[in-house]
Parts: sequence; structure tokens; C-alpha cells
Amino acid sequence: MRKQARETKPIDISLIREDGRVVLAPTGDWVTDNLAAMDKRLRAIEAKIGAEPAVFDVRALGRIDLAGAFVLGRTVRSCSRPHMDFDFIGEHRSAQKLMAEADANSEVCPIPAAPRSLVQLVLVRSGRAVMRALNEGVETAAFFGQLLMTFGRVVTHPRRIRWNAIINVAEEAGVNALPIIALLAFFIGAVVAFLGANLLGRFGASLFTVDLVALAVLREFGVMMMALILAGRSNSAFTAHIGAMKMRQEIDAMQVLGMDTFEVLVLPRVIACIIMAPVLAFAATMAGLVGGGLVTWAVLDVSPTLFVTRMQENIPLIHFWVGIAKAPVFALAISTIGCRQGLLVESNVQSLGERTTASVVQALFTVIFIDAVFAMIYLELDW
Amino acid sequence: MNGSTRETVIEVRNLTNAFGTHVVHKNLDLDVYRGEVIGLVGGSGTGKSVLMNTILGLRSPQGGSVTVLGHDTQSARGRQGLESRWGVLFQNGALFSSLTVKENVLLPLREHTRLPEKLMSELADMKIILAGLEPEAGAKRPSELSGGMLKRAALARALALDPELLFFDEPTSGLDPISAAAFDDLIAQLQSTLDLTVFMITHDLDSLYAICDRVAVLADKKVEIVAPIAEVLQSDHPWIRSYFHGKRGRGIQAEAVG
Repeated sequence: MRKQARETKPIDISLIREDGRVVLAPTGDWVTDNLAAMDKRLRAIEAKIGAEPAVFDVRALGRIDLAGAFVLGRTVRSCSRPHMDFDFIGEHRSAQKLMAEADANSEVCPIPAAPRSLVQLVLVRSGRAVMRALNEGVETAAFFGQLLMTFGRVVTHPRRIRWNAIINVAEEAGVNALPIIALLAFFIGAVVAFLGANLLGRFGASLFTVDLVALAVLREFGVMMMALILAGRSNSAFTAHIGAMKMRQEIDAMQVLGMDTFEVLVLPRVIACIIMAPVLAFAATMAGLVGGGLVTWAVLDVSPTLFVTRMQENIPLIHFWVGIAKAPVFALAISTIGCRQGLLVESNVQSLGERTTASVVQALFTVIFIDAVFAMIYLELDW
Repeated sequence: MNGSTRETVIEVRNLTNAFGTHVVHKNLDLDVYRGEVIGLVGGSGTGKSVLMNTILGLRSPQGGSVTVLGHDTQSARGRQGLESRWGVLFQNGALFSSLTVKENVLLPLREHTRLPEKLMSELADMKIILAGLEPEAGAKRPSELSGGMLKRAALARALALDPELLFFDEPTSGLDPISAAAFDDLIAQLQSTLDLTVFMITHDLDSLYAICDRVAVLADKKVEIVAPIAEVLQSDHPWIRSYFHGKRGRGIQAEAVG
């Protein structure tokens, strides 16, 4: 239980009719903490008094604060007499002053907002959501266009490339993400190997586990693990970082100083990601193969030498390139989304949270969507 | 104002605050009496905000004691029960940005009272109007408010539980002179109608002249002088002289005296 702030006397109120008027006599300390039990009774009194003349007997009143003054005054107020001069019997240190103050600052009969039906609400909300999704798509494309323009400009003036920033991002988003990406890819490779050993063993084709692991990791899982971590880890960091700069008006300061935010903030991040993504994807692929290899060795007794030999014989190199080729595309999409959401942060904390969430969700969605597009293209090309 | 025995609301004794080897306050003493408006001034880096944060219990000092309304603010247990008796207006309002103005004002009521929902809503409306905002402002979010409105909304939240003691950290900074004067008037008016004790950090000489009963000057790691402004003006301390008798000080002084 919370310790009581200060000792208070319990409150009460009596109502008597006298000389054709209502006399209300409050007793005890009318302070915020004490009002909870009294509210209902006061509303009943309010209904009873209506528009009768009333007077307050404050002789037995203890302490009073603004909230107490408000509920006392409310008993005699009504829509027909919104503001009034209260009459008092006796003197009190502060009651008169506070009741007048509370009265002067109260709106008595607010106009209620027109209620909307549930159907209307649902329609309005879903309509807004659809429009927002469409707008996001169009604006992301516009942002991407602006990015390409900036890239073109910077490439023709190579001295404007900010190598320091690129190296920084490459370390933070790339090198520092390497252990976690490799570890996750290792586990995924192991999981695929377990599945294969179990399932293919039933057909007496357990050696094909090697093919399954190699194909899955090379074509999909290596690069996919890289993209998922990049989207969850670096992309959200981009949004939070740029968003915080936006909130502290650092972006405005940049623009006033004639610096191009795309050139300074967006492009280095995008370039660094595009450079690092294939490296990370390569590491993830290797880790996945090691994970799969270890499991096939442990479960199926396929030695590492046999694993590698079989891979060399059965899996053409093209599968490796098919996987790695997706990495820079994923990186481009992820870093573009992260930076764009960061620049959209407004000057309140809530929008920072919303934008970071949106950035991760959009990046993951886009990665999987692009992967599906790649799958269709590769299918047509018969790779 | 000058009763013979005045109740001490804030009592700071032998306060020492230091950041590493950098000593901000050394053996600082300060008394704030019930019902007064005390203004705290001092140059940048003299630890005005540090002092206020220490009084509020947001910072543990290296030494000394702080007592507010009889509570020791240095421990969570000591601060218990104070939250409904004091209100704080931080420099930039510190309104919760994910809540509307009205929700901000309702928050302390919800947290510390068991009043019916409808009454809390009525009280919150009253506090919003009392702070000088339009009732419609209650539905807005802090990010949609101007600087002056933000301060008023923060004031409404500070007043939510009918405190006895209000803290202000530079209430008029960032406001234009007209809004600043209006805000000064509001503080003075609330102080007299609600019998508040007000502790405010300010750089605004106008506020000092207009509403402060006493002025405390922080210099040389302690409270150099705490007295009514007329007395402070007589001080020989070099910083006080240049602050009140400098180019900006003189104009306002002439206006206030004349």
C-alpha cells in the first residue's frame, strides 16, 4: 500500500433546506485523495438541487484543494447556470477563493462529439491503410530514384565519395555482424542436414543429404540468413540513428550548411552494405556448409573429404553464383528502406518507434519478395 | 509575507555535489519557506539544475542532506507520499510524447488516486483551462503544440494532484517576451490563489523582478546570497554586480524602480 501523503480527516456533507434555500455543509478535509467515495453522492445532490438557490456553510470545513473546490461547486452548477457567484455562510481560509477559481476554469456543458458507427470506423481505417501502403510504395520508388541520381552525381565526382563514412558503416554493419550471421547459418545448415538424413534415409538415398545441404545453403539459406540479420540488425540501426539526428535537427543543420543528406548519410550506408553483403553472404554460406557437413559426418558417417568430393562432382558452381548474386540486391533494398524510414522520423519519440518498426517490417517483406522474384527468374533461365 | 515563525518547506544542509574531481556545490545551505516564490539564478555551469535535481531526489549528492516537506528525498522510501504534494515543470516540458495533453494530465491522477474516471476527466479539463489552454488543446499531442502551449500543458500536468510545492526549470526560456510575461502572470496568479510555494530556476530578469519574493544566487559553489531582490542588488559580489547591473540588468531595473 502506498503511504498516505498526509493525515487527512474524512469528509462528509450535509444538506438541509432552510428559508427556501439549500444549505450545503461540507466537513473534513476536501482534498484530492479523499474525494473518491464522495463523487457519486455529490452527483446525486447535484440532481436533487437542480436550479434551487444554494449556499455553502464552510464553518466546519477543514482543508480544501482545487479538486475539492471543483466537486463542491459542481453540485450547484448546471447547464442553465454555468458560472455563478457562490454564497457562503461563515469564513474559510481558502474555500471561497478556490471555488471561484475552479468555477472560472470549468467548461460545464461540453458539446459531445458525433459518434461514428462501427462499420464506418472499419471502412475509414482500412481505406486509410490501403492508401498508406500505396503511398509507401510510390514514395520508396521516388526515394530510390533520388538515390540513383545522387549516386550518378557522386560517381562523376569521385572526390565526393565519403570513404570514412563508408568504412565506418562497413565495420559496424558488416564486420560486427559477421559472428552472428555465421553462427545462425551454421545452425541452419545443420538443421537442413538433419532433415535430409532423416527423410532421404527412408528411401535409402541418405548420401543425397550432401546434395540437399549444398543446394539449399548455396542457393538460399546462406544469402537469406545474411539478409535477415542485415534487415533486423543494421537496418533498424540506420533508422534509429538517422531518426535521432532528425529529431535533434541535425538534418536541418546539414541542409542549411549546404550538405546533401543523401550524399552524407544515405549513400555511404548503401554503398557499404552493397560491398559487405556478398562478403557476409559468402561467410554465411561457408558456415552453413560446415554445419551441414558436421551433421552428415556425425549422423551418416560421411567424412568431410567425401562431402567435398561429392559436392564437387554433383553441384555445379553456378549454384554458388545464383546465391551470391542476390546479396547486393538485398543489401540495396534493405539499406534504402532503413535510411528512408530514418529520414521520415518526426520530432516526437513515438514516430521514432513507429518508423523503426516499419523499417524492419518493410525490409523483411522486401527481402522475401525479391527472393521470390529471383526464384522465378532463375526458373526461366533454368539455372 | 514576513511572519515571525515561517514553516520551512525545503531544507538543504551542507550539500556537496561533484562530478569526478569537478566540485559543483560545496557545503551549500538553502531554506525555502512556505508560500514564497524563490528564484534561483547563477551563471552557466554553477549547478542550478544539479541543485534542483538533487532536491527532487533525481541525483544523489556526495554529501549533505535535503528535506522537502519533512521527507528525506535521497531515498525512494523517503520520497514516498511526496509525489502528490509537489509538481515539477521541466525545462522542455517533458510531456510524454505518446500521450495527448489530457492523457498527460490524467496520468498522475490515475497513478495516485482512486477517483472515478469521469471525475478525473473533469478535473483534468479544469487543470488544462487553469493553465491557460483552450479545452480543445487536450486532444492534441505534445508534438503539435507551440513552445508556449507546451509549457502550459506541462504546468497542467504539474498541477494535476493539487501540489503545495512547484518546481520550475527556466519556465520562460524559449518564449517570446509577451508569452513570457503572460506565463509569469499565470505563475503569480496560481501561486496566490492556490497558496503554492514556488522554486524556480530562471535567467529571466523580468521574472525575478515580477514574481520572486526572494532571489538565491549560486556562485562560488554555494548560495552566495538569498534575499529579496532589493537587497541582492546591494551586493558587492562581482558576478551579482555584472548580472544585475550589466547592460541587460540596468534597463529592467530602471523600469522596475521607476
